[in-house]
Amino acid sequence: MIRPETEAELAEAVASAEEPLRIVGGGTRPVGQPVEGVALSVAGLAGVELYEPGALTLVVRAGTPLAEVERVLAAEGQRLAFEPMDHRGLLGTGGDPTIGGVVAANVSGPRRIQAGACRDALIGVRFIDGRGQVVRNGGRVMKNVTGYDLVKLMAGSRGTLGVLTEVAFKVLPAPESAATLTLHVEDSGQAFDAMTRAMKSPCEVSGAAWVPGARAVHLRLEGFSGSVGYRTGRLTDLLRDLGEVTVETGAEANAALWRAIRDAEALTDHPYVWRVSMAPGAMRAGFMADLDRTARFDRLVDWAGGLCWIGMTEAQAAEYAPRYGADDAASGAIRFHRDLQEAMVDPELGGGHATLVKGPAALRAEVTVFQPEPAPLAALARGLRAQFDPRGILNPGLMG
Amino acid sequence: MDMPVPNAAVIAKKDHVVARLKAVLPDDAVIHDPAETRAYECDALTVYRCPPLAAVLPSSTEEVAAVLRICHEEGVPVVPRGSGTSLAGGAMPTADSVILGVARLNAVLDVDYDNRVIRVQTGRTNLSVTGAVEEEGFFYAPDPSSQLACAIAGNIAMNSGGAHCLKYGVTTNNLLGVTLVLMDGTVVEVGGAYLDSGGYDWLGLICGSEGQLGVVTEATLRILPKPEGARPVLMGFESSEVAGACVADIIKAGVLPVAIEFMDRPCIRATEAFAGAGYPDCEALLIVEVEGSPAEIDEQLGVICQIARRHDPVELRESRSAEESARIWLGRKSAFGAMGQINDYMCLDGTIPVSSLPMVLRRIGEMSKAYGLDVANVFHAGDGNMHPLILFDANKPGDLERCEAFGADILKLCVEVGGCLTGEHGVGIEKRDLMDVQFGPADIEAQLRVKDVFDPQWLLNPAKVFPLEATAARRAG
Repeated sequence: MIRPETEAELAEAVASAEEPLRIVGGGTRPVGQPVEGVALSVAGLAGVELYEPGALTLVVRAGTPLAEVERVLAAEGQRLAFEPMDHRGLLGTGGDPTIGGVVAANVSGPRRIQAGACRDALIGVRFIDGRGQVVRNGGRVMKNVTGYDLVKLMAGSRGTLGVLTEVAFKVLPAPESAATLTLHVEDSGQAFDAMTRAMKSPCEVSGAAWVPGARAVHLRLEGFSGSVGYRTGRLTDLLRDLGEVTVETGAEANAALWRAIRDAEALTDHPYVWRVSMAPGAMRAGFMADLDRTARFDRLVDWAGGLCWIGMTEAQAAEYAPRYGADDAASGAIRFHRDLQEAMVDPELGGGHATLVKGPAALRAEVTVFQPEPAPLAALARGLRAQFDPRGILNPGLMG
Repeated sequence: MDMPVPNAAVIAKKDHVVARLKAVLPDDAVIHDPAETRAYECDALTVYRCPPLAAVLPSSTEEVAAVLRICHEEGVPVVPRGSGTSLAGGAMPTADSVILGVARLNAVLDVDYDNRVIRVQTGRTNLSVTGAVEEEGFFYAPDPSSQLACAIAGNIAMNSGGAHCLKYGVTTNNLLGVTLVLMDGTVVEVGGAYLDSGGYDWLGLICGSEGQLGVVTEATLRILPKPEGARPVLMGFESSEVAGACVADIIKAGVLPVAIEFMDRPCIRATEAFAGAGYPDCEALLIVEVEGSPAEIDEQLGVICQIARRHDPVELRESRSAEESARIWLGRKSAFGAMGQINDYMCLDGTIPVSSLPMVLRRIGEMSKAYGLDVANVFHAGDGNMHPLILFDANKPGDLERCEAFGADILKLCVEVGGCLTGEHGVGIEKRDLMDVQFGPADIEAQLRVKDVFDPQWLLNPAKVFPLEATAARRAG
């Protein structure tokens, strides 16, 4: 493994690379097509460059552990609003997630629906392109339209266009208090009704999830305590006819509940896990019903119905296989993955995308992990890679 | 302002190009009479003008694609145009270019309250997007001050902001999907009513690319439930340092106002003379607005006023009613009109780290004396986006050039303290030649490479955003 300690060393490592590189932050999120290459670790580039709480601005080196970032922010009563998921439980990985890894995979959590994704909070990057050049884009101010927004392009590009060395964020104050309203629901109709109603209200819901296993819809409110109290009352009134609402205001209990949703803890033991993003209405109308008809796999619904986690056991995968004339779990998983991605482009279902988040390397090598893009976008993606990484050495093949 | 020498070969085949365009568009959608193309000679940066070869007003994505395909085949540059409100010259034509106006693409295609999205054609004005959903209690958050006139197409091209972006973000944070037409006429659907696709962030890249990567004909936008109410507090301070410290303390206390507006003394005096809003005559004035129910507003304003008092304000006026709110906003909202009455002015748009505010204002004051031109400062203080207004006399020889040099110095100062050239107006032609103040050669090259991928012939809005010499070889094809 190559482990540079400075940006200049990292640039040199890329410039002089003679074979493909597998870019690693904390190594906790092995999502995507498996990459063959020499590991290039960014973890040596760590530390806070600049933190101005009064300007809501944080600039850190990409290899800084996420935990360190969160600690620094918490000391000033602030946080990363996008609530990045910790993949270690779900994927069974170890190590320390880095902030660069969070950005590279554009990792966001339940608060995505209110506070935006990682890419929305990201205001600046420095990265090394495939030629070994240092490139800067954005900066440390939150309003900036100078030139193209390569900041957003780098978020979620998973190290295929460049190796991040520094990232800058708009951070937000952590709220004084939080409350979670929990509604007992019997079916998906009731669950979607509750989440949709809450999101259409001006209550500024910062988390809306349905845990089918617990028959519960959870709705989170955050802010000053008076305001949270007021909105709790208003939202309870709004949902009263759907069932009984209980309210949790304990800080620890709230944190644990939303951490479990964020990290898809309910699916930790499943060997195969997918993540489906659709419009909530489309998810409710077509997708859930389809899924109920074909296979009652375990689910967890977040983002007010816009995100569905699907977990499949070995037995369920084996059960899925016969409809395609096979009898092994691996074939079942492959078939289900293809059916899922085909459903995303079915015009009757309204569009979306499905990603295989967890599965054995053999499966990930066999399928398109990320939703295939329409041909013109796929061509543009190849064009960008050819421009930013002409030798094809940065995480080649990871995104297709 | 230098513009590239128009391609004589393109101008020579004007009749041929116009005939081809007329074959795919209704007659009244192709404007080529020099008396009529004059209407498109500039946008809101009116000091530079040049009529285009022709202007087209397509009414559908298919027509846009047909126009681009023809121009691509003929090697004719295309300048996309929303409502022409760009202050940066983003829609300024060249004599060999076709203006592609999206004004006739103004329909609402779908409103979906359950999913909190609206699908519109991009010629629709910003304010009329909110207009289409406000009866149901929703609004579209980005609110550039030209929102009555500006088109969503231009908002996407420039990644427009507004006064409320501290809380709601700018266009890129509220854009979920687009129909994009590439220069060769290929129509691409990007995103939709769902979040965060797994591939590259095409939406993020397209938004703010100043019409250089493609023409956006339809957009899916996020709409939000309207807050119950909003109320501002006005505070005056004897120095900009104190005002700046007060802003930082408010933010550190965990309050996230929807707007924090700053005005300096020259700006206060000019607006008082114009609008008589009853502002105190002081060095720095802040208007801080919060949203929510009456009780929530009281809670937030209570925190804010407590902090303000610690900074010894010369005035602290909390709005108690809609009338009082309107009065507090009156001066701020008439600031540009007030300046326009005094003089010609140039409005800048740099962003600085909020902590540099006092130093930057002091330096601007010194430069103002050196250049012999007055300047008034209006400022979105929460996010550091400055709008210094430099006053000059367009009829006085040399004044415009002096004003531009002064403006360039202010923008260089913004970059020097860690900020940027433009916070929400875009680069256009106005700040094109300052790009290498903010970016190194490799930073600019990376951006040019993106355009190479989307528009290999460099036909879409080619003379904008980047210094001309940096793009000369590419534009020459």
